[in-house]
Amino acid sequence: MIPAAFDYARASSAEEAIALIGQYGDEAKFLAGGHSLLPLMKLRLAQPTVLVDIGRVPDLSYIREEGDQIAIGALTRHMDVETSPLLHQHVPLLAHAAGHVGDPQVRHRGTIGGSIAHADPASDLPATTLALGATYVAKGPNGTREIAAADFYHGFLTSALEADEMLVEIRVPKMNGAGWSFQKFNRRAQDWAIVGVAAWRRNGDAGVALVNMGSVPILATDVASAASSRIGSAIRRVTNWLDTSLAAAQADPQPDLNASADYRVHLAKVLTRRALEAASA
Amino acid sequence: MEISVTVNGVKHTAEVEGRTLLVHFVREQLGMTGTNIGCDTSSCGACSVHLDGEAVKSCTILAVQADGTEITTIEGMAGADGTLHPMQQAFMENHGLQCGYCTPGMVMAATSLLKENPNPTEEDVRLGLEGNLCRCTGYHNIVQSVLAAAKA
Amino acid sequence: MTTIETTHTTNGVIGQRLLRKEDPALLTGEARYTNDLQIPGALHLAVLRSPYAHAKILRVDLSRALEMPGVRAAYSGADLADLWAAPMPCAWPVTDDMKNPVHYPLATSTACYVGDGVACVLAETDAIARDALEAIEVDYEPLRAVVGLEDALSDEVVIHPDLGTNKSYTWNLLVEETEGAVEAAFASATYTVAERYVQQRLLPMAMETRAVAAVPQPFGGDITLYSSTQVPHILKVMTAITLGIPEHQVRVVAPAVGGGFGSKLNVYAEELLCVALSRKIGLPVRWNEERSENSMATIHGRGQIQNIELAADAEGKLTAVRVRLLADMGAYLQLVTPGIPILGAFLYAGVYHIPKAYDFSCTAAFTNLTPTDAYRGAGRPEATYAIERAMDALAREVGVDPLEIRRRNFIPTEAYPYEAFSGLTYDSGDHDLAATKAAEMIDYDGLRARQAEVNVPGSTKRLGIGVSTYFEMCGLAPSRVLASLNYGAGGWEAATVRVLPTNKVQVVTGTSPHGQGHETSWSMIVADKLGVDPADVHVLHSDTAISPLGLDTYGSRSLPVGGVAVAMACDKVIDKAKQIAAHQLEAAVEDLTFEDGSFSVQGSPDRALPLAAIAFAAFTAHNLPDGLEPNLEAQVSYDPPNFSWPFGTHMCAVEVDLETGKVDLITYVAVDDCGVQINPLIVDGQVHGGVVQGIAQALYEEAVYDVDGNLTTSTLAEYLVPAASDVPSIITGHTVTPSPTNQLGVKGVGEAGTIGAAPAVINAVVDALKEFGVTDVPMPASPLTVWNTLNNARANHSSGGTS
Repeated sequence: MIPAAFDYARASSAEEAIALIGQYGDEAKFLAGGHSLLPLMKLRLAQPTVLVDIGRVPDLSYIREEGDQIAIGALTRHMDVETSPLLHQHVPLLAHAAGHVGDPQVRHRGTIGGSIAHADPASDLPATTLALGATYVAKGPNGTREIAAADFYHGFLTSALEADEMLVEIRVPKMNGAGWSFQKFNRRAQDWAIVGVAAWRRNGDAGVALVNMGSVPILATDVASAASSRIGSAIRRVTNWLDTSLAAAQADPQPDLNASADYRVHLAKVLTRRALEAASA
Repeated sequence: MEISVTVNGVKHTAEVEGRTLLVHFVREQLGMTGTNIGCDTSSCGACSVHLDGEAVKSCTILAVQADGTEITTIEGMAGADGTLHPMQQAFMENHGLQCGYCTPGMVMAATSLLKENPNPTEEDVRLGLEGNLCRCTGYHNIVQSVLAAAKA
Repeated sequence: MTTIETTHTTNGVIGQRLLRKEDPALLTGEARYTNDLQIPGALHLAVLRSPYAHAKILRVDLSRALEMPGVRAAYSGADLADLWAAPMPCAWPVTDDMKNPVHYPLATSTACYVGDGVACVLAETDAIARDALEAIEVDYEPLRAVVGLEDALSDEVVIHPDLGTNKSYTWNLLVEETEGAVEAAFASATYTVAERYVQQRLLPMAMETRAVAAVPQPFGGDITLYSSTQVPHILKVMTAITLGIPEHQVRVVAPAVGGGFGSKLNVYAEELLCVALSRKIGLPVRWNEERSENSMATIHGRGQIQNIELAADAEGKLTAVRVRLLADMGAYLQLVTPGIPILGAFLYAGVYHIPKAYDFSCTAAFTNLTPTDAYRGAGRPEATYAIERAMDALAREVGVDPLEIRRRNFIPTEAYPYEAFSGLTYDSGDHDLAATKAAEMIDYDGLRARQAEVNVPGSTKRLGIGVSTYFEMCGLAPSRVLASLNYGAGGWEAATVRVLPTNKVQVVTGTSPHGQGHETSWSMIVADKLGVDPADVHVLHSDTAISPLGLDTYGSRSLPVGGVAVAMACDKVIDKAKQIAAHQLEAAVEDLTFEDGSFSVQGSPDRALPLAAIAFAAFTAHNLPDGLEPNLEAQVSYDPPNFSWPFGTHMCAVEVDLETGKVDLITYVAVDDCGVQINPLIVDGQVHGGVVQGIAQALYEEAVYDVDGNLTTSTLAEYLVPAASDVPSIITGHTVTPSPTNQLGVKGVGEAGTIGAAPAVINAVVDALKEFGVTDVPMPASPLTVWNTLNNARANHSSGGTS
């Protein structure tokens, strides 16, 4: 319940945060909303020696329209994503998925950037932004760079972010009226997904990504061509893809208390079908 | 480090360790023990307080993160004359509590819920309280309490 | 059986939905739980727990911990061996040859479960104490852990070598009209069923974890123990015995207690550690349990494997019941560990009439897991689950509806009071009435019709309907019966009712509420009896200095024992007041009536004295009958003549998603009969909460261990206590069949919901899947479990096998 002791530093700008994290090195962690990190620290499963609090860095909480995209500041809270009229209009899948993260108290504190940077394959927003073809913007000592969501997730809780890089923005393409569905399967509403599927579909294009089917959130490939076909064949293509990617060990579902690996695969297929059906309705 | 937090309308300035959780700060340093701790995984919601008007889990916020904010705890809900907050009154009238341990967190979560959704359905209330566990009531009367408070 | 007429009072308070007087303090944060107490100078205890389920403790090195700033002391188990006058207590040696391993608050040579305390620290803050635990070095020699019951009984690894075996006891209850009656019944039965069920281990998960504070008076020898306990009186006696402290110097206080559900009906290592260490160092010592610590260091519930066989005649009427039970004690016997399965021993025939042909045997074994003990229902939910599941199996055999098989077997109402096969007398019941009411409320026939419509090929959902009927057997009591079960305490309860000079009433009760609302209910009983306003009654409890006599709160005993004691104390007060009134009114005692709080002379209503006047007269003592003591107070210790036997019927409907295995509980109806209801608001609340705990066992919760004996569900993120979003509303109904054994006509109700719920839910799940040949779904019926069950059943079906 009580974290191990650490030093605390509050950054007043992104530059300062990056400088601080560079100064303290590997044992330092960014602290945003804290809703991924603090639970681990309370059980002493994580014992960083320094926390760099970026929660007060100004101008990193926003949701704004930028051409074909919606740009979301990394410190934007889940509740603000969930309730954003702009997102409801242009990226309803993301707003909806954000409403499934944790519980209301968690959504009042947790941030989209924190969730993505934590790179937990069981989290809702990494897979959702992946399905949407999002781009993440990282800032480091040498300036900013863009990372496609598809290139971001490297392994369990590890990402393309360098140790001294900070996620500052998430850019999500507008959905332009695509049908969509977020299927979160769990036993209690507050829990992480046992398996989740984020999907959207419109004529000629589609995106599907899976929550908690391996060490990283998994993007279904070969779905764009499926998108133009009839729903039945689209579903077959995606489930075929799932079998293929399982065989290729891209998806590597692990057994845990709530699911065997087989069951996860089965659920992924059922939920993918349901998601595509709903997105096509 | 030194922090200043306004709790139930009173500004407190205090020295805290970096690792001090907001709930420990409120309970141990300020002596306001109405906010309870029921778990160590941010699951149960017993420690819910309002931070700048919204329900949060005070076990998952460092006291230093709350520097400069306004916190309301269960002790700040009833009127100065002892009049219960309408949500507290609704819990009493609908037998929405038994042992009372989850109750402060439930009341804080429920008032935050109604602020965001003043006319919830039963399902809205149940989902809105997904982050608060109770072992006594089976939730039936808690849900009734919140629905009653919404109508009050 | 002694039958007592229900006293019908005229004041009309009993039966009202009065709001609880406990609530304002709890709603405003004013209530003080143990961990809220401000105790200047208290040191914080933290306990280092074994990470191994079974390991020799080779070396404990405290030196680094002792060097840390703020650490005042640190001890290994061996360091504290001199502090204990007796081992940790087990008060229920169910058989004369029961094996009971000696154990102390800290393990000295061998750790026997993950969480077993091996060392401890006293420090200036909780944070420092927890930090210091990480600096203690312990060398362990891991031993193979005994995790399963079958493994335990093989004795391949004996956990307590001095006992020579892992078997703690075998307890038998064989009741036969003539020798061989059970065998004969099975041999001649038209229908038999043989079922095996697993009662998974559960974590009680009271929302308040345990907390303890011991405050010594170093120069007087007295000590006050504050603890989040259900049983301050029992704890006082046991603390005195185990620590060798004169009992009169021990005061135990249970401040506000945040739920118990049986888990705080115990004497725990940390309570004894706090008392012993505070006496050793002369300073207050406090301890607060973290949740993941609670999962390992607080007792678990259930943990049984049940084999039940039923024999029935051509009409499906039961002719014999045979039960073989395996019970998991865990690593040690806690306060009433061995008695829990035995509490269910009498209930495996449910609410059904059976001849004297009952064969029950329970074998209990030690494992390298957290000790089990009482958890809401304690033995009775397990028994009810087995018979109610088996009755559904019998219905399938006979080819009748589950409700019909029950109706054919109900103990008929006119048979009450009913002497059961076991020799116990059931006080009152009308099972058909409760079942009929539940069926009406849920529209049972309509649901069955809808089921036939919607459960069709092509649909991916299946509707299932579940029924369970139950007895609660509550009010632990009577002492004579408890003696026959070797229970180490009585079943009586004490109450004092004291009318103060200004006509306010003080009640002292030996019950120790922690959510049940005794302050409100006892006030209502007193108000009803004495004709005062319930607001003018104050109930004192849970402090052995204020309430020295009592046996506390567990087993749904508080109202049928403790509440009745309050009513009886009121009668004694009225009797005494009547003598004063008669004296002052110059009338004969037998000519006085007491109504609406006033004594009047029969036939001369103007000659009257209100209780208020008598109360003041008793205080001034100016004009009392000769020899009458000047007070208006009475004390009662009441040992009831019988258990009380609440009963009821629960019904529910579930929808099972055949693709995912997810069970959606769509409606739940509970009809409970707990006799006369003092406060229906509170009764409903007890049922709601109990039912959801039963649903939780059926669908959500399980303490899962890995093969090495590590608990993999130690937090509330992994152990799935359901939230509001995960359960339905509970529709409650009641029938009222007063108990004839007490003057209030009351029975208990605290455990009824839990007892009825799990079998109703699982019967519904099995019912939903019957077309696939499914006859059992293990608890918890998680999506994964249902999916696996369906797959197995379909595989058996398609291969032509039977499931």
